[in-house]
Amino acid sequence: MEPLHALTSAPLDVAALVSAAAHAADQRAGHPGATGALSTFVGTARGRTAGRTVRHLEYEAYEPMALAALERIAGEVSQSWPGVTLLLHHRTGQVAPGEPSVVVVAASAHRAQACVASRYAIERLKQIAPIWKREVLDDGASWVEGATADPDDEAARAEARRRACA
Amino acid sequence: MRVTVRLFARLRELAGTGEFAAEVPAAATIAAVWDEVVRRHPPLAGYARAIACARNAQHARSDAPVAEGDEIAFLPPVSGG
Repeated sequence: MEPLHALTSAPLDVAALVSAAAHAADQRAGHPGATGALSTFVGTARGRTAGRTVRHLEYEAYEPMALAALERIAGEVSQSWPGVTLLLHHRTGQVAPGEPSVVVVAASAHRAQACVASRYAIERLKQIAPIWKREVLDDGASWVEGATADPDDEAARAEARRRACA
Repeated sequence: MRVTVRLFARLRELAGTGEFAAEVPAAATIAAVWDEVVRRHPPLAGYARAIACARNAQHARSDAPVAEGDEIAFLPPVSGG
């Protein structure tokens, strides 16, 4: 069975990850079929950026710290939405256009918590996980730089929650 | 004392290496480790304000002290997802 939180250089199997999240949520609830909602977010590599063709993306992670960030996000989700089990898997290495780079599955008994938690988790991942993306184009490559990774920035956490609950 | 420096993404490319040992004075802070990194890899000068730091894979402030054998990482703004 797939772990709930992982960085992997292998392709992400969305169906297998959704099943793994459902199974883990059922186990946590203590009986099979307890899960009634699986809210899945799949981020895929875009083949165009600013009008230019992307050959592929390359993801680099500081793996022990990135895994700790995924676990932290799952902990924040359990704190805010106690009935939700969260699966978070992120790719490393080369990802071709159209392929998944990240899969979030929030599993719970009912849809409302699952939907909010999955959005919150992807917003937080983008804020705090030490993972970097490099866009490789036909004529060069460049690092994408987004948020400054400070997990204790409460304003950032509040912004992720605001986006999730908007 | 000796610490291990880890650099990622743009910082790693600019330095030409993602991991190396650095010698810093006893009671040095993470900021002092960064100064040593920039001394060895001048293209990194000017990035100090844009980076986050970690000590042994945990977030740390630049004024935090370091100890012999620590792994000190410098992280450019992240872009996962």
